[in-house]
Amino acid sequence: MAYLDHAATTPMLPEAVEAMTAQLSVTGNASSLHASGRQARRTVEEARETLAEALGARPSEVVLTSGGTEADNLAVKGLYWSRRDADPARSRVLASPVEHHAVLDAVHWLGEHEGATVEYLPVDTYGRVHPEALREAIARNPDDVALATVMWANNEIGTVMPVRELADVAREFGIPLHADAVQAFGQVPVDFAASGLAAMTVSGHKIGGPYGIGALVLGREYTPVPVLHGGGQERHVRSGTLDVPAVASFAVAGRLAAEQREWFEREIGALRDSLVEAVRTAVPDAILGGDPVDRLPANAHFTFPGCEGDSLLLLLDAQGIECSTGSACTAGVAQPSHVLLATGTAPDLARGTLRFSLGHTSTEADVEAVAKAIGPAVERARAAGLT
Amino acid sequence: MSGGVDSAVAAARAAEAGHDVTGVHLALSANPQSFRTGARGCCTIEDSRDARRAADVIGIPFYVWDLADRFREDVVEDFVAEYEAGRTPNPCLRCNEKIKFAALLDKALALGFDAVCTGHYAQVIVNEDGTRELHRASDMAKDQSYVLGVLDEKQLAHALFPLGDTVTTKDEIRAEAERRGLAVAKKPDSHDICFIADGDTQGFLAGRLGKAEGDIVDESGTKVGTHEGAYGFTIGQRKGLRIGTPAADGKPRYVLDISPVNNTVTVGPADALDVTALTAIKPRWCGTAPSGPGSYTAQLRAHGGETEVTAELVDATLEVSFTEPVRGVAPGQAIVLYDGTRVVGSATIATTTRARTTTSVA
Repeated sequence: MAYLDHAATTPMLPEAVEAMTAQLSVTGNASSLHASGRQARRTVEEARETLAEALGARPSEVVLTSGGTEADNLAVKGLYWSRRDADPARSRVLASPVEHHAVLDAVHWLGEHEGATVEYLPVDTYGRVHPEALREAIARNPDDVALATVMWANNEIGTVMPVRELADVAREFGIPLHADAVQAFGQVPVDFAASGLAAMTVSGHKIGGPYGIGALVLGREYTPVPVLHGGGQERHVRSGTLDVPAVASFAVAGRLAAEQREWFEREIGALRDSLVEAVRTAVPDAILGGDPVDRLPANAHFTFPGCEGDSLLLLLDAQGIECSTGSACTAGVAQPSHVLLATGTAPDLARGTLRFSLGHTSTEADVEAVAKAIGPAVERARAAGLT
Repeated sequence: MSGGVDSAVAAARAAEAGHDVTGVHLALSANPQSFRTGARGCCTIEDSRDARRAADVIGIPFYVWDLADRFREDVVEDFVAEYEAGRTPNPCLRCNEKIKFAALLDKALALGFDAVCTGHYAQVIVNEDGTRELHRASDMAKDQSYVLGVLDEKQLAHALFPLGDTVTTKDEIRAEAERRGLAVAKKPDSHDICFIADGDTQGFLAGRLGKAEGDIVDESGTKVGTHEGAYGFTIGQRKGLRIGTPAADGKPRYVLDISPVNNTVTVGPADALDVTALTAIKPRWCGTAPSGPGSYTAQLRAHGGETEVTAELVDATLEVSFTEPVRGVAPGQAIVLYDGTRVVGSATIATTTRARTTTSVA
């Protein structure tokens, strides 16, 4: 079997499994004052320090959450509410149109229910937001902008955004910029302090850690209004008893993601390059999505004209090759990806996409399997056409 | 896989028989409801989830194919247009002909599959020379060959009906589903028309065609009531006429005729419904078309009984005479001809000949 859907989730690292299982039988609420609680708190705080180091942040900036979706919601909604509370004029939210749904739908919700004016920033054909575009949008009226959110790297087409430059523009106007770095962490250099971001989302299960754990890295000057109210954990920004085994495991995975990042970029990037080459050889008219150079090293996204992405998925799945169309589903019905539509791809073309995403367990055999199967699969899918 | 128990068990049996099975749920509505309501058993997101859950238990891949556009064009619009023209269509036959064994089958064949397998109760028998015959299910009470009567031999060659060849009650199918760990074992049966979620066909048609008040007249042409749209009636219908004036003889009255041109519905006594002959168009044959007149049994409705007929294909029109008069025959319905248990073919009823002509009272 060739598992090429690491962007959906990647196998847990053995070290992360070990760290997690070691904690599963340990009792202790990190908020308790007794010895068990102190032990749990020590585990959590050491994990927080490890994660902070891996992310170029201070430990106090790491707000643990239940995952990427929660961190995105906390950043987008929480910062919107707090900034608007401080000044009711701030009702404009700037977002890239290629965000993950965890950001996109949160932003949309603010527009529907919280009186936000949502403005989608223009992107180029690679799905990149240019700093000038952000500057133009903010400069129109800097006083009414609550926040801006632009992902670090796109989960579908792999394009890496100029985060540092974008953050510089936002800072110039005193606007907090949030970046969803779920796909970027472990693949491209992610340094929170150097980035100039106000907030940044990371997730455990995309880097070899467990499901159900993530973090919002949050500058200390920001106090978003909580989405979850309760016991006041995590700077009173995110209440809820901490999942100590998941936190410990996440930290191990985070440390390894940072330590092995250069290896990952070099080795997995080379594998990805040979996969792209193999697909192009088998299907000369396949279109590589996203920036050909400035992209995630593990991402290979293609559009196959005349094909239904679902058909390709079915045919490859039947041969043990697991990948994704990269687009969202409505009741299981494939819809053209909002990312591709935002980059100006025609809707019919946007239906014929496949995302291969590699990871730490990927091998040359995986690439060979794709090289062998993709040509006949595309031929068949074309015969089946677009229904 | 609709999300119902029959298609789930059919898929499980096909997989168990050694076929390489992939589950496909058809998304037939552009705006599916979230949850199942009333007697409906497919086409909601909940049904799609039920189907996926069954596929996961069986251990087969599962995909949702969006055929909503094709379904709307070929089935729903046709349904509305037929009613608008005063006819009574059967959308299930149309769906089998145009969607399940056409759009779905074509895509499946192109992708390298060999057949479409459904939970219909019917049998395909392969002859020694390789030709195929469609037969009624072993269990006559469950037989659904009528709605498959539109399939031609090419379509039959790529059809699998794993439920048709065992005599099983619905309870036994449910027990089998239970045994196989399929959570849909206790799910209620679906009936009515799948794209009319609340089962209110009249309301659906009124929404599509608008209200158009017209007269209800008796056989003499005397106005006996009003209606809100002639399309809302079916020949043979008795209920819902809301006629104020009782018939002179005090007998119940039925819809005899629907005239969309002057928006009039004619009512009369039951015996005026007796039909002795009909013509039917757009014939489709399971195998070669019969030549010359022949004796068959015919079925005129999905749950109707059998009736003896002689039929002959004259040009492209099927001319049918009934041995005994039958009632409740409406243009637009399908007539399916059988030779014993074998489906010979089907056609769409165009005109009927009544046993007694309408008498006009001066």
